[in-house]
Amino acid sequence: MKKKNISNSESYIRMYTQMARIRAFEDQANKLYLSAKMPGLTHMYSGQEAVAVGICEALKTTDHITSTHRGHGHCVAKGAEFKQMFCELLGKEEGYCRGKGGSMHIADQENGNLGANAIVGGSAGIATGAALSAKNLNRDDVTVCFFGDGALGQGLLYEVMNMAALWSLPVIYACENNLYGEYTKVEEMAAGELTGRAKAFGIEAFELDGQDVLAVNDLSQKLVARARNGEGPFFMQLNTYRYHGHHIGDINREYYRSKDEEKYWKEERDPITNFGEWLVKENISSTAELETLRNQVNQDAADAVAYALNASYPSSQEVDMHVFV
Amino acid sequence: MRSITLSQAVNEAIAEEMRLDETIFLLGEDVAEAGTPFKILSGLVEEFGTNRIIDTPISEPGFTGIAVGAAMTGSRPIVDLMFGDFLFLVMDQLCNQAAKTHYMSGGKLNVPMVLRTNLGATRRSAAQHSQSLHALVAHIPGIKVALPSSAYEAKGLLKSAIRDNNPVVIFEDKLMYQDKSEVPEEEYLIPFGQANIVREGVDITLVGTSSMVQVAEKAADILFKEGISAEVIDPRTIVPLDEETILSSVRKTSRAIVIDEGHQSYGVTAEIASRISEGAFYHLDAPVQRMGAMDVPVPFSPALEDLTVPTPESVAARASALVRKELKYGY
Repeated sequence: MKKKNISNSESYIRMYTQMARIRAFEDQANKLYLSAKMPGLTHMYSGQEAVAVGICEALKTTDHITSTHRGHGHCVAKGAEFKQMFCELLGKEEGYCRGKGGSMHIADQENGNLGANAIVGGSAGIATGAALSAKNLNRDDVTVCFFGDGALGQGLLYEVMNMAALWSLPVIYACENNLYGEYTKVEEMAAGELTGRAKAFGIEAFELDGQDVLAVNDLSQKLVARARNGEGPFFMQLNTYRYHGHHIGDINREYYRSKDEEKYWKEERDPITNFGEWLVKENISSTAELETLRNQVNQDAADAVAYALNASYPSSQEVDMHVFV
Repeated sequence: MRSITLSQAVNEAIAEEMRLDETIFLLGEDVAEAGTPFKILSGLVEEFGTNRIIDTPISEPGFTGIAVGAAMTGSRPIVDLMFGDFLFLVMDQLCNQAAKTHYMSGGKLNVPMVLRTNLGATRRSAAQHSQSLHALVAHIPGIKVALPSSAYEAKGLLKSAIRDNNPVVIFEDKLMYQDKSEVPEEEYLIPFGQANIVREGVDITLVGTSSMVQVAEKAADILFKEGISAEVIDPRTIVPLDEETILSSVRKTSRAIVIDEGHQSYGVTAEIASRISEGAFYHLDAPVQRMGAMDVPVPFSPALEDLTVPTPESVAARASALVRKELKYGY
């Protein structure tokens, strides 16, 4: 990791907190699911926190993101609150989407989150369209399109990257390579270099360690500023790892990845642990302060869960509301 | 009053709305200098520039998806989909994304986009350029579907579509682009969900959509000579559908044929026919009839293609048999 910059201390602590919040949110969601209190299915973001936080900390509230089925982390990082998020996961009226979207469709447009998407690669067009809007309407907002390595198999992505490049749109394609699309290794699904796909369209592409929040944030700041300045689009390949299975019920994973591999990423490469150690080493924080911070965040998540469990379901009259404006 | 072609009516509707609202832009294949293969959009790029009349690569899902995202963020895009058959290419962006965004977000996000495309066989364009696929999108909640039947209808419905805050798919009959009808100089809109009673009658109701409105009118002329008085109704939009106007008509005439150029099975004719059966059964003197396109891929040979769609003669024959109680099962 790079050397500390004292003036950035506040921002460093904020990034640590945001990563801890995502981890706390996912731990609670996992518990809810395993105790059968949560309907449906969900996909954990744990392990990938540095990607969402490093990027979203470089964005303004008016900037947009599009997210994926593994989207809780993006949602938290872009500014969402635990209460409305847990309410949404439980199908409650106070959820961000009044309980009509659920885990795979959380949208929080007040913070610029245009929504998670349950079609792999499905939001690539939406992100690119948001960037076209910004350009056409002379706004300076930038859009980040989050997608996983699995979305590299979708033709839509290449169609819209081509148009984004032709029209110099302010969009950043953020490919989170967590090594697996569902239950299959990325190298079995994607031929050639991943960044080569963007380079073919003349899009500047970068590969970086997605576990290093400072590296992600540094590059994001630069690319967001350049995109705002009309130099977009850009492509980032963020190498990362998902701690859980594809979805929460994917427990027996040894047929596609080893326990040793999981252990290595969790023990050696954890983005929160490693960043915490750096904060202590650089005298920006202390082990005790970070522990207090994590405890507070965990308590916030637990409180939000308790609130959401007791919150009301939407009334039956809601079922055919919002089909049309 | 002046008469203009359906093509000119569409062009005027887009230009008028674009002058009123700077957030409207149009994108699609060869829409700028080329003005589309049908030359419908000629002149628009000269007035509005290439930032608002945008030529895209041949990437239908891509530019439809871009329109969805633009619509969610303050723009009002019009997508030009060159042939209705290409709907199959854009189904995810249209049906999984555009149609569901408002609902899935609990009413927070809107997708005010229009997708203009076309329908209609008998242009000798064979199976992949001749389909009438409006039933496909009408099946998906969250999308409005308009089916103009003349230049006048096309202009008024398209202007309403552009002002609507929902995704709207509007199907123009590609055989009708050069057909003229009276279109006033002054501005007008045709609201969605209000059927047009094209012609009044007492013996039978002919519900026709899009290209089939003309067919129904010509059938009514034939029937008139036989002493049968047919009422012709154009629903104008199938989502929303003005069920009440159709039911009132059938309660009066006691007989109905629904005519539509989509394939007959599982289609628009079936939907409207069952609504008539449910809502006017005790007023019926004959079983409600469906007349759609044959359930075959559209053939190229003119000798075959003409057999696949309802004609004034086939509609009149069916209506006549119904009124005279000569209809046999399996007719």
